Amino acid sequence: MIHTKSYLQGLKSLIGIRSPALALAASFIALGAIFKQAGFSLEQSVASSLFTYALPGQLVMTESYLLGASLINIFISVWLVNFRFYPMTVALMPALQHKSQPRWKYYLSCHFLAVSSWLIMKDGYKKIDKKYRLDYWIGIGSGTLSSAVLSTLFGYLISDYLNNNMMIALAIVNPVYFLCMMIGAMKNIKTTVAIIIGIILGPLFYLTIPEWSILIAGFIGGTAAFLMKGKNNDI
Amino acid sequence: MTSSSIVLIIIITSVATYISRVLGVLTSERLSIKSKIFSWFNYVAYSILAALISRMIIFPAGALLESTLLIRLIVIAVCVAVFIFSKKNLVLPTMLSFILLTLLSDSY
Repeated sequence: MIHTKSYLQGLKSLIGIRSPALALAASFIALGAIFKQAGFSLEQSVASSLFTYALPGQLVMTESYLLGASLINIFISVWLVNFRFYPMTVALMPALQHKSQPRWKYYLSCHFLAVSSWLIMKDGYKKIDKKYRLDYWIGIGSGTLSSAVLSTLFGYLISDYLNNNMMIALAIVNPVYFLCMMIGAMKNIKTTVAIIIGIILGPLFYLTIPEWSILIAGFIGGTAAFLMKGKNNDI
Repeated sequence: MTSSSIVLIIIITSVATYISRVLGVLTSERLSIKSKIFSWFNYVAYSILAALISRMIIFPAGALLESTLLIRLIVIAVCVAVFIFSKKNLVLPTMLSFILLTLLSDSY
């Protein structure tokens, strides 16, 4: 059902100098503390990270809850914030396909998709035998998701000990990790162009169309890179 | 709101998030890694992530709002330099970012 060696190889991405564990821990510890302050129970906080596992969406959920937004409004705002997962999944899953793998594994393991797991997978999948790439992905995903869930639990429990300065400092760790990973991904000219246009247009569009800024900036940056002359890259 | 409505909100948030992931799997089913559509999605995904990260740094939400843009940019610049000069070590810059921002927030 699962190729143990590839699974463990994926799980091992949590250790070593390229580990995402600190970045995940910082952001989900902060989230656990935010849940506690918002009046969520411990079980609810853990369940949210386990079943949603998408930081910006979970923050939108908490904010909307505190503002007393309607369920339909919460659904729409979360859907919009997390819609980036759609292009991210399409940009990843075809690389993991193999006829020997059952379909249900794709439908379950797509839950592991997040910025960190996506960047790690994109960085390393070529080294893995095509047949077992999905198992490698499940290894990365179960490791990163578990880190997020455990950190939420920990953050909830220690929230009284986190002062304001620590909350601010925890919030910078994730963007720093993401940015370093992105710089590491700039291995060819077309991907580099896509990334640089995104970096410039994201904040710029945020000033006029905050909800759609990320998606539209990415659409423009990605299309511009795609239309550029030269060979297309699959990582 | 009551506790049951929190549970409902968590379920709704999880479903709203899973939809995008599962639609991605559905779209991928017949998509070859060699196709042009895959390439386009690939660049769009990278560009969306870049836009998101840049927005998180320049127009943050939550706790980071209490730091100034200048301090954030200094921390980011130092950490990216450490990342590049440490042969792409990620643990060092992430740890350093926390320490630097704690120190800088204390002194301003």
